[in-house]
Parts: sequence; C-alpha cells; structure tokens
Amino acid sequence: MSPIVLSSSETLAADTPSPHGERHRRVALRRLLHDRVAIGSVIVFALIVIACLCAPLYAKYVAGTGPNDNHVTEVIRVGGRPTDVVSTSGIPIGPTWQSKFLLGADSNGRDVAVRLLYGGRTSLMIGFLAAAITLTFGTLTGILAGFFRGWTDTVLSRALDVIWAYPVVLLGIALGTALELGGLKLGPLVISGNSLFVPALIIGFVFIPYLARPIRTQVLLLREREFVAAARLLGKGSMSIIVSEVLPNVTSAVVVFVPLIVANAILLEAGLSYLGAGVQAPNPSWGTMIASGVALITSTPSLLFAPVIMLVATTVSMNLFGESLRNAIGTTTSMAGR
Amino acid sequence: MTPVAPPPLLSVEHVGVEFPVRSSVVGRSSGTVRAVDDVSFTVADGETVGIVGESGCGKTTLSRCIVRLLKPQRGAITFHGRDITKLSDRALRPIRRQMQMVFQNPYASLNPHRRVGGIIAGALPKRIGSGQEADDRVAGLLEKVGLKPEMADRFPAEFSGGQRQRIGIARALAAEPKLIVLDEPVSALDVSVQAQVVNLLGELQEELGLAYVFVAHDLSVVRHVSDRIAVMYLGRFVEMAPADLLYAEPRHWYTRGLLDAVPTPTLKARRSSSRAILKGEAGTVLDAPSGCAFRNRCPGATEICTTTVPPLVEEPDGRAVACHHPLGAPGS
Repeated sequence: MSPIVLSSSETLAADTPSPHGERHRRVALRRLLHDRVAIGSVIVFALIVIACLCAPLYAKYVAGTGPNDNHVTEVIRVGGRPTDVVSTSGIPIGPTWQSKFLLGADSNGRDVAVRLLYGGRTSLMIGFLAAAITLTFGTLTGILAGFFRGWTDTVLSRALDVIWAYPVVLLGIALGTALELGGLKLGPLVISGNSLFVPALIIGFVFIPYLARPIRTQVLLLREREFVAAARLLGKGSMSIIVSEVLPNVTSAVVVFVPLIVANAILLEAGLSYLGAGVQAPNPSWGTMIASGVALITSTPSLLFAPVIMLVATTVSMNLFGESLRNAIGTTTSMAGR
Repeated sequence: MTPVAPPPLLSVEHVGVEFPVRSSVVGRSSGTVRAVDDVSFTVADGETVGIVGESGCGKTTLSRCIVRLLKPQRGAITFHGRDITKLSDRALRPIRRQMQMVFQNPYASLNPHRRVGGIIAGALPKRIGSGQEADDRVAGLLEKVGLKPEMADRFPAEFSGGQRQRIGIARALAAEPKLIVLDEPVSALDVSVQAQVVNLLGELQEELGLAYVFVAHDLSVVRHVSDRIAVMYLGRFVEMAPADLLYAEPRHWYTRGLLDAVPTPTLKARRSSSRAILKGEAGTVLDAPSGCAFRNRCPGATEICTTTVPPLVEEPDGRAVACHHPLGAPGS
C-alpha cells in the first residue's frame, strides 16, 4: 500500500495577487461554513476523536475490561445462551451488540470495541504528533532553503532528496525496525523502542520533503517580490524579513497541508504497524488490529472490518476536509509527490 | 556657468553590472552580459535626475544598484560621501533607510498579508516605536500622499493601483530618506492617475527637499519633474543634459527618435517632415552590435560607428553625448 494518496506534481500558484490577510481569512471561513462536505467531514472526524478520547470511560463503565485484558477462557451470555468468548476451535466471538464484546473478541479474547477506541487514541496521537513534526521541520527547511538559496539550499535540498529517494514505506520499515530494537538516544533525548514517539518521529520525518519542497518553491518566488526588497531597504535583516514578510505568505499553503498530512500520517502508521514496524504488540492500534484481523477474515470478518472502517472514515474525512479547505483558501499549492 | 557645486548626495562612477549567461542545460555559465556598462552621474541634494530608456536597457538594474539591492562588478557608488559599492548587507543596514525606492509594480511591492498601517509603521524610524506617535505618523503620511488616515486598517488588496503606489510612496517617506529611487513609479498606472502621482511626487520633493532618481520609459513622464535627464540605450548612457536643453535640442539620434515618438496633440505641432521614426527594435544587450550599440537603428551611422564605441563626451553647457556624429554639430 502506498500512503501517498494525494499528490500530483509539484505545482503551485506562481504569482497570485489574491486578497489575503484577515479579510481573506474571514472569506475562507465563510466558504468553509457553507461547504456541506467540509462540515460533514469535520463532524465525522470530531466524533471519532471524541470517541477515542473517551476510550477509558467506555472500557471502565460499559465494557468493564481493559484493552489488553484476556478473556479467552471466559463464557458470556449472548441472547440468554452462554457462549465461549473464544470457541474451542479457536474462533473468537463475533459482534454481540451488547455492552460486553459489542464488536466481538479477538483470538486472545480481548474486547474489540475497547481495543478499537484505544487503538484509535494511538493512531490519532501518532498522526498528530507526526504531522506536528512534519509541519515544523518541513516549513523550516523549505523557508530556509528557498530564502537563502546558495549552499544552504544545496545542503538542505540534497538532504531532502536523500529522504525522498526512498519509498516512504521502505524507509519507515527500516527506521522503525532499527529504532524499535535499539531505541533512540540523541544526547539527553532518550526514547525507548516501544514508545509511541518512535513511530511518530519516523512518520513525521519521512514526510518532511513532501511539505518542504512546495514551500521552498513558493519562497523562491516570494523572495523576488518587491515587498521583500522594500523590507531590505528598510535595513531589516534576513530573519526579520522571514518572520514579517515571508512567513505570513506561506501560512495559507501550510494550513492547507495540515489535514492532508494528518491523514497521511495516520495511514502510514497503520501501514507500518500492519507490517510490524510501527506500534508494537500488545499496544492496540488500527494497524496492528488490521494485521491480526486478516488472519481470521473467513471466520470472524468483524475483526478486520472494525479497524478498517475506522481508518477509512478517519482518513477520508480528513482528506475531504483538506480538499474543502484548499478550495476555501483558494491556493493551488499541492503536496509534492510522485 | 554652474556655481561651484557642493559634493553630490549620490555619485555613480563608471558603474558596470554583469550577469552570467546560462546557455547549457547544466547551468554552466557560458559568458557574461553587461546589463549596465560604464554609467556615471551624480545627484545633488533636492535634485531630480531622470533616466529614460526602452525596456531591457538596464534601467531597473541600475536603480537596484544605486540602492545596493545589487552589487555592481565595476565602478563606485558614493552616497553622502561614503563609498557603498562593496559594503556588505550588514554594513549597509545603518544607511539603508536614507535611500528608499518606489517600485514599478504596485501589486508586488506591498505585502498582501499586512495592513497598510502596519506596512507604513514598519518603515518608521525605531525611535518612534509603535505607540500613539507611530499611529499619528502613519495617519500624517497617509494624508500627505492623498489617502485617508482611516485607510490604515485595510489590506493592500482593497486599493487600486494608483492608491497602492501612494502607499508605496508613504512607506518610502516613513523612513525619512534623503534620496528616493523611483523605478518606473507610474508605468503600471492609467494615464490620468500617472499625472496625479507625478504631481504628488513633485509636491513632496518641494516640501521635504528630497532627491529623486526618476526612472521611466517615457520621456514625457519625466519631463516636468526632472532637472537633468539621462537617456539610456542597451546599458549605456547615450545622452545626458539639463531637461530643457534635452527637449529643445537633442544631440543624440536616439533621443531625437524618442522625442519624436511622443504623440503631439495638434496637427500643426506635428512637423511631420522632421519626425524621425526609430527603425527596428531595441533588441537586447545579448545581441548588441559592435561599436555603437545604436548604429543598426541610427540614420546617421557611418563606418566608424561599427568599430568604435562612442565615449560620453561632456560639453561646456553641461550636456554630454555619446555619438560620433551628434545632431546639431557642425558638419552633421
């Protein structure tokens, strides 16, 4: 699977003297509020986030079991009849549509609904963390490379090319496997191998070029605009020009990327976890749940479909919202891909 | 004739700017092109020097050089008695504000994400800070350029081209400069608005004692505001003269061609017999002919023009012309 679903080419608005600033922000917001797709996708996404945040409440008060609690040998009553949580032939129970084992159990006798919500917490958290990393460093390298050009650009752009040269999933697996075995020790920063920060860091890292590239191209054009020359003539230094003249002009492009990066990061997390290079068992995440569900697709398809539906709902709603956001803001910058 | 002049505010001596020409895909530079070649002139306090030439002749490169947005490879630029030719960006910072620029494209010269008041306030000297005094200054500057003080809260996109150019002028004024380089400040505007902006610039100069370098591609625009006018052709000055003299009796064939290209309002004034229409196009510095760059369009060109670049020769009346066979000279 390829986590890069958007992407066309490295396109951008060459020279858009479009209205900007606060007035423009209000216009964009009004357009968003009149966009049913945007509203709908935000609602879907918000429901998923809220549900996942409430995972401990659901586990404690509704299901009465934790995400990693084992119930293999237990027997519960479904519709008045006692049923094995996991049958003697090893087939787990399907959806019961009651408070316990609402969506059935997995082969270890764990409550799928509880794991789904806890897994969502993991997936969403990694998604947002990774997106934050990508946004910070992608914007930073893009602006620095585009603004200073010369050797700064050469060094940064070639570094981005190195990341870009590897397929995202391959790089993710390589980094994931390496880091999960040894953990990460960077001076005072120590992250153990099974921490959630490891996949977040990896995913955030591999997506940096996809943001940095289009930002760099936009800054290359911006720096030639005459208002940058005017700022220079006022005796402003490069850093001050970047902050007051360049940054405000790339924010709308960056904002458009946020939902797309979040969606891609969640998708890549699932992909890596599925392949065993992301979240490590027994921690639930949608990726690990899909991986274990595939094995039982013939006997208990709900094990596979529950996490898949959540994943699809999340990424599709984010992508649709990203699309609406782009239309509302009116920028044509797209995420650089292959 | 001219009284002993004090040292000029700005002096440009033999300035040359070269750009690498890239022809191969690899981007290896295969040579250089001289966008500005051996240009010299001075600007006194409160004086306006007009620079006129067709597009591609190096006007914008020259004006960016004067304010040191570009670094010339040759020659020297002295501002206020200080050689600024080779100063680094950092060393330039303290003197930057004394030289401001008004740009050609009013749609690219204002940051679309900042309010007009913020744009102008950002150009005020540091000592004013950002309090009430700054607000008053911004309001005063907006009024000075013919806009309403309450417009400070708006964004550039809410203004017309002429209004934006006024904002650009207000920003330049806010820095309290001694010299403003006007790089085709009215070329992008409607003719009716052009006159308003040119008049505004004239009034501001009288009031504030500013010196201008006024760059234009149209002789009629600079006529009334300039004390002296230089005519530029493919990177070189071909003629420089006090404004009146230049219009009354141009010495260079190119100047004459430009003057005759200015439309005249009445049939009577159109002395069709003496009109010299320029042939061909200016071309670019890339394919300039040998010798005098203008010779392939010049009706008076002779053998010597193909071999020797005519030097800019100063004449006793303050004029200078770079031509082997200047107009009005005996025997031409």
